[in-house]
Amino acid sequence: MGTPLTKQAVADLYFLEHRAKVLDLAAFLDRFDRAMGPGNDDFRVHALKAAVALLLDGKPERARRVLELWSDHSSEPIDRAPMKGALGAMPLAAKDGR
Amino acid sequence: MYIDPHVHMVSRTTDDYQRMALAGCVAITEPAFWAGYDRSTAQGFHDYFRMLTDFEPRRAAQFGIRHHTWLCINPKESEDVGLAREVLSIIPSFLECKTVLGIGEIGLNKNSRNEMTVLEEHIALAMKHGLLILVHTPHLEDKLKGTMLIMDALRNQGADPGRVLIDHVEEHTVRPVLDRGFWAGMTLYPDTKCTPQRAADIFEMHGTDRLWINSAGDWGVSDPLAVPKCQDELRRRGHLLETIRKVSYDNPRTFLSQSGRFTAPERA
Repeated sequence: MGTPLTKQAVADLYFLEHRAKVLDLAAFLDRFDRAMGPGNDDFRVHALKAAVALLLDGKPERARRVLELWSDHSSEPIDRAPMKGALGAMPLAAKDGR
Repeated sequence: MYIDPHVHMVSRTTDDYQRMALAGCVAITEPAFWAGYDRSTAQGFHDYFRMLTDFEPRRAAQFGIRHHTWLCINPKESEDVGLAREVLSIIPSFLECKTVLGIGEIGLNKNSRNEMTVLEEHIALAMKHGLLILVHTPHLEDKLKGTMLIMDALRNQGADPGRVLIDHVEEHTVRPVLDRGFWAGMTLYPDTKCTPQRAADIFEMHGTDRLWINSAGDWGVSDPLAVPKCQDELRRRGHLLETIRKVSYDNPRTFLSQSGRFTAPERA
């Protein structure tokens, strides 16, 4: 059905909200860099940075592609559930199977 | 006016019913889900099903909201196949209740073999009794894989996709679900699922057929008023009232009415 909004209207409606989100992301990465101790190779932070690159590639359907980037792409059930929750991303090198 | 077709009111206060009614909610459906801890016995589920089929309809009715439910053992508790089978065995005794619409929310959580076994037995139960199916898809990185496994299981068991709603779709799963003929639900949930803005984007990119929105309000960080907030998002973008009504009232009513038990009053 498409969007009834013009590009100008989209910018007018949503710019400030997303300006704040970009600043949140920037501050998170700064906070991560300032922090001490283990965790420097946290795969979730690597996944976040890889997603940022997708945002700037000029191609459509960024949201779908980011979700796919963070997804488990294996196809067989695992032997046993290791926990209840989820982590939000896969280690990038392990995306083809756990 | 709207229907919230997926909300866990056992975790919400009576004030939430009041606020939902004030925002235009006329009917809800409540799938069985994980309580935040693993129940230790089938009797615990029996009591939970009594709550879903007796107490909650009466609590909702105080505010003019029709309450319906779905029964199952949630995939988060499916790793214990023995307990799951005990729970499956008590579900038929609740099927005479006129507010039980079907089996749900079944599906997968971590995509394990035991979860698959329990999913397949739930599908068989639903098909044996001619019931609708409401599907939970896994969270975050597990969603894409789990959605594909679930759709394969439904197809392999011969389930009619027009009688199955696959919930919690996002940008990477909505198209495969709709292309296979299933209904799809978008859950408006802070941080881990769709925002009202992204749900509106998905309607704009994938259309409004066989697609609904719900809050999945529960005991976690969630918003029982998420559906009217998405209505407001569509309104501020300039979408027609007819479109807003379709995704928040007509579509859920059409799918749920296949049960022969769903009722949603008109309200001025």
